[in-house]
Amino acid sequence: MTSTSISDPIAQQTRKLDTTKVRQAHITGWILLALAVLAALVFGAGSEGIATFRLSRPTDPWALPNLQVPAAAFNYLVAAVLAFLGVRQFLRGGLRWTGLSLGLGMILAVAAFLVWATAGKGFSLTGMLQATVVAAVPITLGGLAGVLSERVGVVNIAIEGMLLAGAFTGALLGSLVGGVGGLVAAVVIGGLFGFILAALVVTYRVDQIIAGVVINLFVLGVTSYVSSQVYSEHRFLNNAPIFSPIRIPVLADLPVLGPMLFQHNLFVYGAILLVTAATYYLFHTRMGLRARSVGEHPRAADTLGINVYRTRYINVTVAGMVAGFGGAWFTLGSVGRFDENMTNGLGYIGLAAMIFGRWHPVGALMAALIFGFANSLQQKLALLNTPIPSEFLAMAPYIATIVLVAGVVGRARAPAADGEAYVKE
Amino acid sequence: MNVELRGITKRFGSFTAVNNVNLQIRAGEVLGLLGENGAGKSTLMNVLCGLYAATEGEILIDGKPVSFAGPGEAIRAGIGMVHQHFMLIPVFTVAENVVLGVEPTGRLDHLDLVKARAQVREINDAYGLEVDPDALIETLPVGVQQRVEIIKVLFRSADLVIFDEPTAVLTPQEVVEFFAIVRSLRDSGKAIVFITHKLGEIREISDHIAVLRRGEIVGHADRPDALSEADLAELMVGRPVSFDVKRNPNPPGEPLLEVADLMVLNNNDDVVVDDISLMVRSGEIVGIAGVQGNGQSALVEALTGLTRVAGGTVTFKGKDITRASARERHHMGFAHIPEDRQRTGLIPAFTIAENMVLDSYYDDRFSKGPTMRWDVVNKAAANAVVDFDVRATSVFDAVSTLSGGNQQKVIVAREMSRDTEFLIASQPTRGLDVGSIEYIHSRIAQARDEGDGVLIVSSELDEILALSDRILVMFKGRIVAEFEGVTADKAAIGLAMAGRYEGATA
Repeated sequence: MTSTSISDPIAQQTRKLDTTKVRQAHITGWILLALAVLAALVFGAGSEGIATFRLSRPTDPWALPNLQVPAAAFNYLVAAVLAFLGVRQFLRGGLRWTGLSLGLGMILAVAAFLVWATAGKGFSLTGMLQATVVAAVPITLGGLAGVLSERVGVVNIAIEGMLLAGAFTGALLGSLVGGVGGLVAAVVIGGLFGFILAALVVTYRVDQIIAGVVINLFVLGVTSYVSSQVYSEHRFLNNAPIFSPIRIPVLADLPVLGPMLFQHNLFVYGAILLVTAATYYLFHTRMGLRARSVGEHPRAADTLGINVYRTRYINVTVAGMVAGFGGAWFTLGSVGRFDENMTNGLGYIGLAAMIFGRWHPVGALMAALIFGFANSLQQKLALLNTPIPSEFLAMAPYIATIVLVAGVVGRARAPAADGEAYVKE
Repeated sequence: MNVELRGITKRFGSFTAVNNVNLQIRAGEVLGLLGENGAGKSTLMNVLCGLYAATEGEILIDGKPVSFAGPGEAIRAGIGMVHQHFMLIPVFTVAENVVLGVEPTGRLDHLDLVKARAQVREINDAYGLEVDPDALIETLPVGVQQRVEIIKVLFRSADLVIFDEPTAVLTPQEVVEFFAIVRSLRDSGKAIVFITHKLGEIREISDHIAVLRRGEIVGHADRPDALSEADLAELMVGRPVSFDVKRNPNPPGEPLLEVADLMVLNNNDDVVVDDISLMVRSGEIVGIAGVQGNGQSALVEALTGLTRVAGGTVTFKGKDITRASARERHHMGFAHIPEDRQRTGLIPAFTIAENMVLDSYYDDRFSKGPTMRWDVVNKAAANAVVDFDVRATSVFDAVSTLSGGNQQKVIVAREMSRDTEFLIASQPTRGLDVGSIEYIHSRIAQARDEGDGVLIVSSELDEILALSDRILVMFKGRIVAEFEGVTADKAAIGLAMAGRYEGATA
């Protein structure tokens, strides 16, 4: 046997055999080809006439004309592009484009689907985008609560319960003392459950998943009981005011963007503000650096004199407050009354948004917008009388969750100490 | 800064880890603290740096008694510790790690990373450390990570720096560079404590030596050459020690295991074993030297059937076993001492007897249909415990209650108390006391003398040199050099471990 001398060490370090990536590229290729077939045979062959997308109302100051798309031609074009993207995945160099192609392919497929559904009819695109932003609010805030607590190493399954508690408290206190009082109460109750979660997992080292599930079941039980037993008798307890939209001067009049972003109530602006603040906090402040160090390597943080337990308590409590604020959206920001289990699993979708957004506040917001889009698409399509049963449409947000988390995200890296109790020596 | 420890005692429950220790640590001097694993060195230093509170005794800094409620207070008092397991956050940059806990900030709690980088560069320049402040920790080699730890300590203006087993993860070349750094720290007036169990190193770097055994100071020398290595070893272990493994000269026999062009990938598809070819003959010990993390673990997993092979072949006695399962290899006479005894070698919560049959519970001897024949299992385990000198009260003891040395002996007993043909031992003596090391080395040599082929993987160069007939050096997934065991030049192996060996060998 002969020994080899070492070649360029840097070249060695970066050399990879990309079998997993090749496999992913091929799977992506098959998905894109399948979408191309779908776009051609179903959306293309099944479309007749012109799809009309309304962008503005005629009364708007700067009204845009309607977008007229010849449905069949457009969908055949989409099919061709999808086929091109799919085939390229199997060619040399295809793996460089996997992520981008899949993203683009999904957007095109959704566009083809919309054009097919709208063919021969009219559809308010702006209305749907506006609904997307609204639907994204609780998911964003849930995801943000997840980011804040998981960044310090506490898995927060309890977001669902915190949202529900916020919704309930918001409605109750909102009915009694008014909207602002209800909002403050919702934030406080969310913070309280955050504190309870922190106490359970940090001080008493209860398994984090179990502690979260316990909180969820507790909140669901209590709120369901009160809403079915008490509210049916005393309706005045469940009749809260709704925060009215605030039009941002000038910006609200912009076509498409105005209705999408600048004609909402304070929950939308609050969510955007909180995402910005959380990003600044986590990545640009001293406290944020310390918080992240606790989530990555608590023992190291401890040796540097950082109080691991206190950091976890504070961040998880704040996460609870954010979730409480998100919960208030359901009642004070939306319908003005509490219904049994009205969060309906959106807290878990928020968790998915957090993972899809790679534990980053802005990432969670973007993911929430995608889920929100799936949600509003489902609602608006119900109005278009598509041949697809509404039950299937109702599954859309959850299918989007599974596809995105499993397919696109792949291996996102959680904070290293996520889910682990820290035992001080 | 002069520090004095007076009558320090630390108890965990009924266990006394450190008993009535008195030590003087002086500015501008290196105190070498020698002791075996479990002698209480780390416990003692964790008391000094505020992680543990002492049960009894006091700490004096420049004559004044102090007490620390936590590591933060010790840091502020000027005591810094470089831990054996680095306390760095892998996904943070060097600068972020250095300033963590004492961050320069602007308005609104804004983290001033520009200032942090500049401060890191200042320390770099003052001590010649050469670390890029913007590099992510996880991308840095261990030797550089250690320098980051040193920068961390200096950044907190420590006057006393404690190094806990600092050379365990370094290549011989990195050790030389590290000692140069320690000397420059000492010459700038810092007090240094250097904790180790390596006899050669402690005499090279220390101005004073204190030897710790079972939590007590059992020896002290004011000059490093006042005690010989043999004296130090005897003090450390409590009896005379022989480091030479007795082996019969034994010409190697037929080729047993042949590996050709082996490629192994990790979960990220990085090449971790890169085109390795090697051969082990019967009656031969082949040692694989190399710094941890250069593909040794993946190589061992591939040879024992625990990971998928991406390319190449493994042949055993002329038969292709590249895709053979671990159990098939076991039946062919493979014995495997894995590198991490608590994670892959044993089930800590199981008893000794249960652990002993993990590889053969299905055998007709030990089970009848679906039921275990515990009487046979326990009897066999009791015999093995005697044969392999496992110190335990009974075979019903949970393995987790045993010392590291005895845990390792349980593994050796399980793997070698049958007719084996090929032994793979990975880090077989990591973290063991000298007595257990002697015993396990003698067992490995005995296997060879009985005609087994043996492959040893170790990051302890001394272990490789003591046992091997032939030495291969692994670096970045490749075998970069080969040496004859008897004539091997330690310095040349060291160079190869660092990837700097250019000479072609036999």
